[in-house]
Amino acid sequence: MERLVDTEDEGMLRDAARGFLDENAPVSAFRTNRDAGRAFDPGLWREMAQMGWAGVLIGEDHGGADMGHRAAGILAEEMGRTLAASPFLSSAVIAASTMRVAGSDRLSQIAEGTALYALAVDEGPKHAPDLTAMEARPEGNGFRLSGRKVFVADGASADRVLVLARSGEGEEGLTLFDIDTARAGLAHTAADSIDARDFATLDFENVEATGEDVVGEVGGGLAALAPGLRAGQAALAAELSGLTAGISAMTLGYLKERKQFDRTIGSFQALQHRAAHLFAEIEVTASAVAHAGRVLDHEPERAQLAVSLAKARATQTAKLAVMEGVQMHGGIGMTDDYDAGFFMKRARVGAEWLGDYGHHAAIVAAMRGL
Amino acid sequence: MPDRLEDFRKEIAEWIAENLPDALRGQPRNEDTICWGGRKWEFRSQAQKDWLERCHARGLTCPRWPVEYGGGGLSRNEEKILRDEMDRAGAPSPLDSFGIWMLGPALLQFGTPEQKAEHLPEITAGRIRWCQGYSEPGAGSDLANVQTRAEDMGDHWLVNGQKIWTSYADKADKIFALVRTDRDAPKHLGISFMLIDMETPGVSTRPIRLISGASPFCETFFDNVKVPKEGAIVGEMNRGWDVAKYLLTHEREMIGGGSGGLTSGATLSEMIGDMDMVAGADPVIRAQAMELEVDSLAFCLTMERYKDMAESGAGVGHASAMLKYYGTELNKRRQEIIMSTRGSEALDWGEGLAAPWLRSKANSIEGGTSEVMLDIVSKRVLELPSK
Repeated sequence: MERLVDTEDEGMLRDAARGFLDENAPVSAFRTNRDAGRAFDPGLWREMAQMGWAGVLIGEDHGGADMGHRAAGILAEEMGRTLAASPFLSSAVIAASTMRVAGSDRLSQIAEGTALYALAVDEGPKHAPDLTAMEARPEGNGFRLSGRKVFVADGASADRVLVLARSGEGEEGLTLFDIDTARAGLAHTAADSIDARDFATLDFENVEATGEDVVGEVGGGLAALAPGLRAGQAALAAELSGLTAGISAMTLGYLKERKQFDRTIGSFQALQHRAAHLFAEIEVTASAVAHAGRVLDHEPERAQLAVSLAKARATQTAKLAVMEGVQMHGGIGMTDDYDAGFFMKRARVGAEWLGDYGHHAAIVAAMRGL
Repeated sequence: MPDRLEDFRKEIAEWIAENLPDALRGQPRNEDTICWGGRKWEFRSQAQKDWLERCHARGLTCPRWPVEYGGGGLSRNEEKILRDEMDRAGAPSPLDSFGIWMLGPALLQFGTPEQKAEHLPEITAGRIRWCQGYSEPGAGSDLANVQTRAEDMGDHWLVNGQKIWTSYADKADKIFALVRTDRDAPKHLGISFMLIDMETPGVSTRPIRLISGASPFCETFFDNVKVPKEGAIVGEMNRGWDVAKYLLTHEREMIGGGSGGLTSGATLSEMIGDMDMVAGADPVIRAQAMELEVDSLAFCLTMERYKDMAESGAGVGHASAMLKYYGTELNKRRQEIIMSTRGSEALDWGEGLAAPWLRSKANSIEGGTSEVMLDIVSKRVLELPSK
């Protein structure tokens, strides 16, 4: 397997992404979007797509750049660093990885950045795909979908939604559908999410789904979803790792500049040791994140342990980084005028999305015989 | 993987199958099974002796060292394969020593050709056992404050002073020590890295009994010890601090030394047994064990990533202090969880759990305390100001 450090190509990709985002999507751009009530900037997404980011996980035969999961993670890390909002995770990572395995003629539209996807799995406050209750009632040659999905990322802006529903009993009774969001009976309600991004509740009332809308096999929904879910979890872990780097750089800068008691506050050992401990946690998490990308690229069928490890670690480290960030900034860290709070709110959303720490730690523990 | 490496794997697997004595296969690694070597060494079995001699003849006691000194001349990838195959066969390390881990790397980096030729073959063969004389009663975290003195007497050095926390000094043949050779220089600049035979008149040792009941550490006393000048100092005179610093960094980078990845090494579940049996009723212990497992796996990957960084020439530098800090704190957590899962059973010395638990408390003290590691990270890596 490739080493856990960036290859030369990956280093170039990272530099290019960082240069682009620093110029076109700094944290101030996120603030502008938030103040305008806009979850993301469609113009920015078009530019990202032109650079091949929307097709990072799509084969060249469908117009993708086919750079792999580690590369997708590097892009997500860099977007996390400046809180750049885009449909990248929902469309370019989750939908692309799901559709690539299942085979779909919509891959080229995803690669172009023109098809925006959302993933609708959760039905309660915690991520638990195997407990899906939403009804997929057989009717004629197809199904009728009824029920509610919550915490659907990009759910208000998506053209299509991947939705997991119950077509039978048990784990074998779940089916994944690919549905046009304009279909009759499907309504969305945008949530007022703390991270100012697009999260929505989707209500399905007798929404028609034909056999052609099934992704993978009827009853094979969890298997069909697995590649996309794992890819999304790994990329989200990478985004959180980048977010952590972003807030930590701000915090270190503040420690070196802010004076109290006639001293730079970064000279106090009480703060130095906390900053050094945070550095250690960041480094340890960065390894798990890089490793998850590598395993997805080389042994995707064995990636769950690596992915859950990365998501668990990234969640905890981001939490520590934003808490230390706000605390070490003191009062200014609590103000809306200052950016630290944006990192804290996105970290909280990222902690819950696609499975929280407990969800993934339990997977790691079970796979390790605990 | 290139064919050349696959050939090497096959060759080494066959060699191990032919040469590893059955009696050693799959033995647990502990003080009763480790082979330290040296003049005073009594082999635990004929098998242990055979295994050391066979491995030495093949250059496998120090696989990365040059062949001319009894090493194996292997590349990093070959060494990794060797370790994998040794693990797979359940083979114990043929030889452990401070000569292999510390003095050897220092000599390879700073030694004269004569010093290398004199000492390295003795280390690879397991004929000389070395110990490390760094700490003193007044020089712990402030190591550069060493006061043990070496006076220039023309043809020899006259050494006086005391070392403490010298691991296995009572069993070692020779010591590499930090001694003050210039009392007027600033404290980092008057220290030399000196090699001293423990049989020299005036050298004595006294074991220190620890809270774990074991006595792996000693006090070492130097009372008018005459050290012949020829080859006594490694590196430049008065620049022993450079050698010590190099070794400390090297040591921290090597911590763990496992092959990394997610599948190697004993899992926590193997170490504590069936969670449902021992701690099923205690959700708190279970949660702590799960958290530890997550952190331990990520730390294994971090050791691997840091090795990759070092190999790729990017360098790790002072960030290796982070590995020492994190790894030792993790091990303390692990030992605490093992103790609490086994409850009152673990409190009997005979169960063998209390000693490693107590021993682990030294991990974050020896070789630089956790607090010193955090100082290094904050000052050298994060470049936080001093005022």
